[in-house]
Amino acid sequence: MTHMPRFSRATAGLMLSAATLALSLTAADANTIRWARSADALTLDPHSQNEGPTSTLLHHIYETLVLRETDGSLTPRLATEWSIHPEDPSIWVFKIREGVKFHDGADLTAEDVVFSFNRVKAESSGFRALHAAAVSAEAVDDHTVHIKTNGPSPLYVQNLTNFFIVDKDWAEKNNVVEPQNFAAGEDNFAVRNTNGTGPYKLVSRDPEVKTVLTLNENHWAEKPQVTEVIYTPIAEAATRVAALLSGEIDFVQDVPVQDVNRLQETPGVTVVNGPENRSIFFAYDVSSPKLRSGNVDDNPFAKQAVRDAIHMSIDRDAIKQVVMRGQSQPGAMPLPPFANGWTAELDAYDKPDYAKAAELVKEAGYPNGFSFDMNCSNDRYLNDEAICQAVVAMLSRANIKANLVSQSRNLHFPLIEKRESDFYLLGWGVPPFDSQYVFDFLVHTPGGSYGSYNGGQYSNPDLDKKIEALATMTDLEARNASIAEIWKVVMDEKIILNIHNQVLAYAMKDGINLAVHPENQANMSTVTYK
Amino acid sequence: MLAYSLRRVLQSILVMLVVALISFALFRFVGDPVNSMVGQETSLADREALRRQLGLYDPFVVQFWNFITRAVQGDFGISYRLQEPVMKLILSRLPATLELALVSGTAAFILGVGFGVYTALNRRGLASNGIMTLSLIGVSLPTFLIGVLLIWVFAVELKWLPSFGRGDTVALTSWWTTGFLTPSGRASLVLPAVTLGLYQMTLIMRLVRAEMLEVLRTDYVKFARARGLSQRAIHFGHALKNTMVPVITVMGLQLGSIIAFSIITETVFQWPGIGSLFINSVKAVDVPVMAAYLMMIAAIFVIINLIVDILYYIVDPRLRLDGGGKH
Repeated sequence: MTHMPRFSRATAGLMLSAATLALSLTAADANTIRWARSADALTLDPHSQNEGPTSTLLHHIYETLVLRETDGSLTPRLATEWSIHPEDPSIWVFKIREGVKFHDGADLTAEDVVFSFNRVKAESSGFRALHAAAVSAEAVDDHTVHIKTNGPSPLYVQNLTNFFIVDKDWAEKNNVVEPQNFAAGEDNFAVRNTNGTGPYKLVSRDPEVKTVLTLNENHWAEKPQVTEVIYTPIAEAATRVAALLSGEIDFVQDVPVQDVNRLQETPGVTVVNGPENRSIFFAYDVSSPKLRSGNVDDNPFAKQAVRDAIHMSIDRDAIKQVVMRGQSQPGAMPLPPFANGWTAELDAYDKPDYAKAAELVKEAGYPNGFSFDMNCSNDRYLNDEAICQAVVAMLSRANIKANLVSQSRNLHFPLIEKRESDFYLLGWGVPPFDSQYVFDFLVHTPGGSYGSYNGGQYSNPDLDKKIEALATMTDLEARNASIAEIWKVVMDEKIILNIHNQVLAYAMKDGINLAVHPENQANMSTVTYK
Repeated sequence: MLAYSLRRVLQSILVMLVVALISFALFRFVGDPVNSMVGQETSLADREALRRQLGLYDPFVVQFWNFITRAVQGDFGISYRLQEPVMKLILSRLPATLELALVSGTAAFILGVGFGVYTALNRRGLASNGIMTLSLIGVSLPTFLIGVLLIWVFAVELKWLPSFGRGDTVALTSWWTTGFLTPSGRASLVLPAVTLGLYQMTLIMRLVRAEMLEVLRTDYVKFARARGLSQRAIHFGHALKNTMVPVITVMGLQLGSIIAFSIITETVFQWPGIGSLFINSVKAVDVPVMAAYLMMIAAIFVIINLIVDILYYIVDPRLRLDGGGKH
């Protein structure tokens, strides 16, 4: 019996000292915010990776010409005003804010904006595609920049919400004129070091462990209430929530769906919800003569009646209640409600009618129904696999048998790109907040820069012409009318089966105010204390 | 001796090459790294260009040869995901894993031997039966569950210990950071070390107990009793000493697996070691990091085995006759 008591005494002593430690930790500075989310920024290079967590963190250090507000509108940031050139509709004019300094003390000038433009257009930039319409940038004077586009491009400014401005001299001095090039295989200074104009300066960074930011005293805007940001990625959902409950974290950005209701009832914790800019939908091969995985000799999805039947047999409200625990906005339109072109009428959906759906399938020439493989990701969207399972069950009631193939996103997305899937799940965000973005990538016949994620290979030459024309239409009323016409065809032909718009939940300690950002770009400079 | 060691080293290199070959063959089934590297607007043509640039379309043999020739020069390339040299990433993550492995391994060894001896000597005691029953939990509960339970009790309910991370660290060299020197670093070690070490402790305890019971029945222990030696001298001087040979062998191999398979523990506790680096790399199909990690784990096992083999050679004279080059 000699070992046992000694062991427990030692353990108790250890835990006691740890307890006092934990107490001293919770008494942190009121202006420090400890922020956790599921993944870290991949790099600090502002033009390298077009990826959510990376841009979110960089918005604290670097700034953009225009800012996407929480309500979805664009507001001035480093550009005080912007307009299309009165004489040449293919030139955008940006007035650059005066008196802005980079963290190292250098002044922001139009030259820096031009340099950043060339850097973001570089071969190794992850944001290149957003600037495809832009040809060149020119500093007209110290605080005016002209960006020339290949034809009128009224939407171009909408693509600039993640276009960060870097200092030309700093980049040249540190040999980071271009973002990381993988083929060259060298270490890039900008991956670890920053020099922005943003409200916070980088203090320290340990990738995937901790990033500390402190207030930039020389920032041009109103001083934020948060003076220090400690950003820690916590990949495991259960641990992330536990860290909030134990008081080690003040704000959790990625709250798992299944924990939202419980956290709402937990004293001391506030949960806020808001729509995310991401629709979750299914699409299917409507063009091949025969399905790859089907058990029938033709392609049922090419028939309007079968597509009608599929849409008729989806119970979106049940998916919301059972799979998403209330955390979704069901709708028939694959477009977030705040984007241009969305209408309540097109987004409305009917209750499922399984009997009628089964009848339609039978009349379409499949008395015994038909089967095919449904491809689904299991690590990309909120509860993606569970959504697919629910849809499989619903379709089976209309005598449509889907065999679920659920796999990692790294295997799932190539199937869509290579047109190897008959029926697949996809989520799509619309960063420019305009329907054209959906049409360009999901509706236009694949080819060139169009239709890259039109995995069902829907093709309608009439629509293609209308979609291409949207890009250069400057008459907004005519443009919106054209958008409405295109949507009518897309919705009538039922080429996309939308399930819902994702809802984001942020959880935080009581006393903190932070609204959900539609792009999920939480910014600590907007935090206020009660 | 030299010929024997040389042959062992050559065999080890062969094993490493086979591991590299198998892991490279497997990477083709992990998926497409480019999807995690570019935004959704990127055109299919640009994606193709990036794949070509990364050499993903090169024949398997060419990719493998490029990897091996660069790896022997210590160059494992640039991480697709974090855009930093892979060697630098792994070196900066290694101390966290080694410290965790060291603490949990040491604790498992000391407690395992202690409990093992105790339960062997007091076979019918109430406490012994209690320990044996509890040890069943250690063997049967999954690591993930143990970790989450510990976080729930000690971090959320009692608020005694941190639920994630490594606390404050002190940099000893350019890449070696230690958590041993700060209070928060030591506190952060407790829960992950218990989670990782519980299974090892149970294993050692059961092994020591079984070996000890065996040894206590042998003739030399009976003779020692007959000579009137003290119980203490018999139990610890003779019996325990003779149980330790297999225990140390097992412990050596277990140390390798603690380092290699700390992935789950590191994920649950957001421990910034090589295990969590590996799992994040798998999610993003970061082939350079995955390849380097698997090579390193293979190297750890190969080196431990190499040392054990050479030690056997020194300890066991029979091997020397066999390896003398007579055939």
